[in-house]
Amino acid sequence: METVPADGLIAASWLLIALPLAGAAVLLLGGRRTDRWGHLLGTGTVVAAFVLGLLCTLQLDGRQVEVGLYTFVATGSLDVPVGLLFDPLSAVFVLLITGVGALIHVYSIGYMAHDPRRRRFFAYLNLFVAAMLLLVLGDNYVALYVGWEGVGLASYLLIAFWHERPAAATAAKKAFIMNRVGDVGLALAIFLMFAQLGTVSYDGVFGSVGTLAAGTVTAIGLLLLLGACGKSGQFPLQAWLPDAMEGPTPVSALIHAATMVTAGVYLIARSAPIYDETPTARAVVLAVGAITLLIGAIAGCAQDDIKKVLAYSTVSQIGYMFLAVGLGPIGYVAGLAHLLTHGFFKAGLFLGAGSVMHAMNDQVDMRRFGGLAPHMKVTFVTFGLGYLALIGFPFLSGFYTKDAIIEAAFDRGDGWGYLLGGVAILAAGLTAFYMTRLMLMTFFGRPRWEPGVHPHESPPVMTAPMVLLAVGSVFAGFLLVVAFPLEEWLAPVFGEPVEAEHVVAPIVVSVLVTAVMVIGVLTAWLFVGRREVPAAAPVRVSPVTRAARRALYADAVNESLLMRPGQWLARALVFVDNRGVDGAVNGLAASLGGSSSRLGRTQTGFVRSYALSMLGGAVVVAGALLAVTAG
Amino acid sequence: MNGLESIEIGTGEAVVFWVLGPIALAGALGMVLSRNAVHSALWLVNTMLALGVFYVVQEAPFLGAVQIIVYTGAIMILFLFVLMLVGRDSSDSVVETLRGQRVAAIVLGLGFAGLVGAGVARATQDLPVTGLAGVQGLEISNIEAIAGVLFTRYLLAFEVTSALLITAAVGAMVLAHIEREPGTRSTQKERSRARFLTDRPQTLPGPGVYARGNSVAAPALLPDGRLAEDSFATGIEPQEAEQMPRPTGRAELGSPDAALGSLEPTVSDVPGGREGGDHR
Amino acid sequence: MSLTHYLVLAAILFTIGAVGVLVRRNAIVVFMCIELMLNSANLTLVTFARASGTLDGQIMAFFVMVVAAAEVVVGLAIIMSLFRTRRSASVDDANLLKY
Repeated sequence: METVPADGLIAASWLLIALPLAGAAVLLLGGRRTDRWGHLLGTGTVVAAFVLGLLCTLQLDGRQVEVGLYTFVATGSLDVPVGLLFDPLSAVFVLLITGVGALIHVYSIGYMAHDPRRRRFFAYLNLFVAAMLLLVLGDNYVALYVGWEGVGLASYLLIAFWHERPAAATAAKKAFIMNRVGDVGLALAIFLMFAQLGTVSYDGVFGSVGTLAAGTVTAIGLLLLLGACGKSGQFPLQAWLPDAMEGPTPVSALIHAATMVTAGVYLIARSAPIYDETPTARAVVLAVGAITLLIGAIAGCAQDDIKKVLAYSTVSQIGYMFLAVGLGPIGYVAGLAHLLTHGFFKAGLFLGAGSVMHAMNDQVDMRRFGGLAPHMKVTFVTFGLGYLALIGFPFLSGFYTKDAIIEAAFDRGDGWGYLLGGVAILAAGLTAFYMTRLMLMTFFGRPRWEPGVHPHESPPVMTAPMVLLAVGSVFAGFLLVVAFPLEEWLAPVFGEPVEAEHVVAPIVVSVLVTAVMVIGVLTAWLFVGRREVPAAAPVRVSPVTRAARRALYADAVNESLLMRPGQWLARALVFVDNRGVDGAVNGLAASLGGSSSRLGRTQTGFVRSYALSMLGGAVVVAGALLAVTAG
Repeated sequence: MNGLESIEIGTGEAVVFWVLGPIALAGALGMVLSRNAVHSALWLVNTMLALGVFYVVQEAPFLGAVQIIVYTGAIMILFLFVLMLVGRDSSDSVVETLRGQRVAAIVLGLGFAGLVGAGVARATQDLPVTGLAGVQGLEISNIEAIAGVLFTRYLLAFEVTSALLITAAVGAMVLAHIEREPGTRSTQKERSRARFLTDRPQTLPGPGVYARGNSVAAPALLPDGRLAEDSFATGIEPQEAEQMPRPTGRAELGSPDAALGSLEPTVSDVPGGREGGDHR
Repeated sequence: MSLTHYLVLAAILFTIGAVGVLVRRNAIVVFMCIELMLNSANLTLVTFARASGTLDGQIMAFFVMVVAAAEVVVGLAIIMSLFRTRRSASVDDANLLKY
């Protein structure tokens, strides 16, 4: 990697992080005084960061710019200078985070208008944006780790924002703990890098990773993957993400759909030089992506909670991205392009879902929706565009980027390539099915509203971001793939695009995917649109449905494999601690106490007894002296 | 004693040692063994005087004088004074209350004396006696020599000693002083009123009234010859006082005629009782 | 006759004093026994001063006397106040400091 020192506006790119961080600090420390204008400040910092990021990106011109800041850790042999790396890859992420972030901040002004703790919400959102920007801008793994933990903290705080709800508190804890598992992997990977290479900067690590033993590189790759799985909700750590929907909807849109959960993809893409050295780890990435993609899609088909459907959809789509980056150089750009378009349409979908919930008194059960299209026209149209983009309707965003991934999978050329491509196509069909089911249950059919619900369109401050995101959903794919190819933009990072030898012609893939998508939509219409939707979920269903409803028993597996043994272990440890350790300590104390109370009997309180013992001591000393001098 | 500078100890000193040594030992033993604390103090005075003489003999006349003046003069008087204040009490009982204390003390004492005595004897049997002729003598007296050392090399210690003495004096005052709140002391009027509210408004009988002696320990006698319990001094055991024989019946009291008729004084006529008769 | 006699005499006096401390219960008598021990130590100091031909031993004995005087004053005051509160001068009666 050739880096050049910072100049111009890019030298001030630390402001990108500092602005939202300052916003968070002011809002958190300012207390109630900032209640009246806090949301405006929070939005303003992110908008300013977006403008700054846009200007920096325009100045970038394909370079990789190093912005040195200061030395974070300086010990004998470990120096961690903190610097920012502003290169095309970070620039893409900066724009995504600040752009989508700014829209969602604006949306939140309306969504959280009646929440008494709105200021705090904006403070946490700002904190999240700052941490996420540090994550993507850091020029070494330690800075990335700091940002990584920062977004984890912000995620925890925001999931539990309504902490008076037990479900939200539990979900936050679940997210935090499952993220810890992944974070341990990331931390170990960083330790391993430092132990083996003596450096944690991207430059240093990528420059010398080729000198490492194959096993070590594989270990680093797998540990990084573990971290990525935790943060991105990938198999086997995917169970926290659907539960995280207990948080406010803008949080789901920003953190758990558009940005934070894609940090894993960023990590793997950023660490491309490491994965280039280890086909094993790359194969595992592929497997994780493929498995997650299927699990998410299957589980999404049976959920009744509108946000959970979207959450499983997110899991599934990030699975696509993992699949893509696991394919190696041919997939990085496709994965990142999908990440960007997904950021647009999934954020738009979540905001639409939030708008629906807003209209339905925070109802999330789709079985209580229905027939909303005439009542919420803007929401319906924007949501519909996001839906079409997600299922890969031709010439919308998802169509371009998802097809690119599936093509890349086939381009592997071997049997695995066909298998992966087949899985991806199958999942595309499932995606079409569950999203169509969601659309039908929400916007069409007969109203099944709770009594006293009067749906209404959301205020403009909420619909405007939805419209903008819908526009993005429609055109982002075309822009990124055809008009201004991301491939060329990212060439400084991943190398010049090579014209792949297509095993299956792209047009064939597109037709195939579109056909499967149409089948999915029709199936959904057959199962859901044609029939009356019962207000309560049917109990007598097939085992497949039951499994899908329970997300393929992910929680049950976690519970039986990890939680129960953990509880047993804890109980055993408590027993050992009570009986063994405490017993030993108490026994020792008791025996000491007993013996000392017996010894204490010699303390009679009679001075003459004490004097007698003194004289005895004097006799002994005199005898000893005499013995020494005489002997 | 075999060195060139060693001096010979004269016969006179030996005589003094062999006379006064046993006396000092006897004093020490007497102090430990006598039941009465006052006797103990007097035995100790005995020993200290003997030690004072030893100091003088051993070319330390100043210390000998200080020993006699300060120790036997001042300190032992202080002891006796406190003894008088405190009085004798049951602690002088000879019964040992701690089991084995006395036996153990004697055994350990014998062992200690044996070990230290043997050790000292072994270590010093050939000790040369330099004598103090080199530092004091005809030109410089002992006191001048001591002063020379005390006020030069030991000046700091000497000055610090003054602080110690002041502290001790203040400490003794603090410990022995009874703080009384001003205004709590009753007035003569109150005391007088309180006395008249009791059964006995008049003064207590003084000791020695109608008694044979005028010691504080001698209780007063009532007119009928009994001891007046009101007159017992506190803190001191009352002396054995014989009671006057109490005359009973007309024969013993005798008639005035009988009394007049007999020029022989009877026992009951003489104050002081029977012993009065012995004087006759 | 030699200085050893003085030293042995001092040792015996010291032992008698020590045994007296152990067997007597009247605090004042115990105090007297301690004085006896101090005196025997003084005798040793004076004897060694003579043996070594310097006056330091005598000076030391002098300081011992001063300290003993101070000690007696304070000690007797303590005995006085003890007697005042307990109506007893027995060292066995002041036995609160125990297990």
